[in-house]
Amino acid sequence: MAEHAAVAGEAVDLSRRKFLTRATIATGAVGVVCAAIPFVESWNPSERARALGVPTELDLSKLEAGQMAITLWRRQPIYIVRRTPDMLTRVSGHDADLKDPNSDESIQPEYAKNPDRARNAEFLVVIGICTHLGCLPKQKFSAGEIYPSWPGGFLCPCHGSRFDLAARVFDGSPAPTNLVIPRYFYPKEHLLTIGQDEKGVAS
Amino acid sequence: MAANSAAGTAPAKGLRAWLNKRLPIDEFIASQLRGYYAPKNFNIWYFFGSLALLVLVLQLATGIFLAMFYKPGEATSFDSVQFIMREVPWGWLLRYLHSTGASFFFIVVYLHMFRALLYGSYRAPRELLWLIGMLVYLTLMAEAFMGYVLPWGNMSFWGAQVIVNLFGTVPLIGPDLTLWIRGDYSIADATLNRFFSLHVSALPLALLLLVLLHLVALRTTGSNNPDGIEIKEKLGPDGHPLDGIPFHPYYTVKDLVGVGSFLVVFAIVVFFVPTFGGLFLESPNFEPANALSTPPDITPVWYFTPYYAILRAVPNKELGALLMGLSLASYLFLPWLDRSPVKSMRYKGWLSRTALALFAVSCLVLGYLGLQPPQGVYVVLARIFMVLYFAFFWLMPIYSRIDRVKPVPERVVYHAH
Repeated sequence: MAEHAAVAGEAVDLSRRKFLTRATIATGAVGVVCAAIPFVESWNPSERARALGVPTELDLSKLEAGQMAITLWRRQPIYIVRRTPDMLTRVSGHDADLKDPNSDESIQPEYAKNPDRARNAEFLVVIGICTHLGCLPKQKFSAGEIYPSWPGGFLCPCHGSRFDLAARVFDGSPAPTNLVIPRYFYPKEHLLTIGQDEKGVAS
Repeated sequence: MAANSAAGTAPAKGLRAWLNKRLPIDEFIASQLRGYYAPKNFNIWYFFGSLALLVLVLQLATGIFLAMFYKPGEATSFDSVQFIMREVPWGWLLRYLHSTGASFFFIVVYLHMFRALLYGSYRAPRELLWLIGMLVYLTLMAEAFMGYVLPWGNMSFWGAQVIVNLFGTVPLIGPDLTLWIRGDYSIADATLNRFFSLHVSALPLALLLLVLLHLVALRTTGSNNPDGIEIKEKLGPDGHPLDGIPFHPYYTVKDLVGVGSFLVVFAIVVFFVPTFGGLFLESPNFEPANALSTPPDITPVWYFTPYYAILRAVPNKELGALLMGLSLASYLFLPWLDRSPVKSMRYKGWLSRTALALFAVSCLVLGYLGLQPPQGVYVVLARIFMVLYFAFFWLMPIYSRIDRVKPVPERVVYHAH
């Protein structure tokens, strides 16, 4: 390069070269980032996965009081418990033993952020996945089933997290928060739609 | 020139000459194998680098053949593994070689890393060699995790669930990140297929590249040795280190002894205890993946359990994931945490020796605790040993400096056999 400059009989303007080098690198980098977008985007859920993840419906009329139904929504087990009046009385009275009695730290739609954690107190609708490490809690609905003062609820078989009949986690459980409640609503009486509410479909 | 002397006195003729004019084969052997002088005082700890290379080749070979019979997909994965085990001629051997190879890869790598801790092989001028080695280790962990998901057994499924959910603890983008990794609302066909692609192509390529860089960096600085002395500082009249011997034939032959001994142990496991009592192949994985049934206790394979124990020892989920990440990242800072004037444990004092011993014990105990349910005394123990684990790294600037060290000899300690 120095030789060429000598032939031309004038000094090379290095600052222009530097500018051009940097501009080329910058343009190339933008190009690489743009070209990466389709590859990165390809990992997002496919149209089929999204279509299979649409809200799911369940007829509640056949669910007896005190029973639990399990349905899959987005491959997550959804527990639906038809709580008896007796079960509903056992939801209260142990707030002092709970980690998050008012569900402030837990995930649920606004309409389920109440002591019963439900739109309609009779039906509890929760994602049956332990907030600890993702195991499936088992139903232990009878009072005293685990120990004499047990008010009824769920027990995770993996690491012993305990939840009450409103799926609120007891102190001393490894699970940090209450079970997650999905968005849901009742388009008709006894018809439950999971994954959707008045505000639209869950993201 | 070293190239001439090593390639033979007479210049090569015929095909060999034709080849060498076009590809520097002889020159490579002369400069990189016969002309590479390694310290003469290597001991048994120096087997594990070449053994790791051996296992890598074994995993590539068996993996290529397994991929000929394995069919990724929710509906086909589990059955195709059973097909390999029962109906492909010698398929059971291919799979057991691969599954046992995975565990032995980690055994060999852990011993290789311990050697580095023992003799200060991570110290200047080998910081980058150590960092590249850690990248190999991290890539290997990703490779092993994704490989473990492929048989689509119930532990594959739930293990993947737990590990992918760890990314959900990342602030702000956590939920979107997990959705992106899975490609579905839960671990699904999409997840399985992308893990298969990464496991058989992207990650092995990355591993090969990193291993190559690791070797180039090693060749540049030269090997450390049990005395932690730089042999390049004492050169003989021929320009070679006084305490060095040519890698080939001395260490190629020595490594062959290591390979032979290794294969004996390896074959015993492959043929007699391939599941290794549920440690190498976990029993819940003999059932197909089931989103409605969790295994009684979700545990990763043994080589991840120390980190898993740290994750579960912390009552806060986010902090647990953070500390688990830090437990791995701590290794990266090691070259700058060690302030001892000497490299090798042979000349370090009792403080450093105790710290390393406690660290090794912590890894073993945490590894055991990661396999146990996180209850009662197990949690208390996990917290104690987690503190010891981190103390090894983060107190090192203090204890390595105040430690009373022994004088380092001028030349390596070596007794002819």
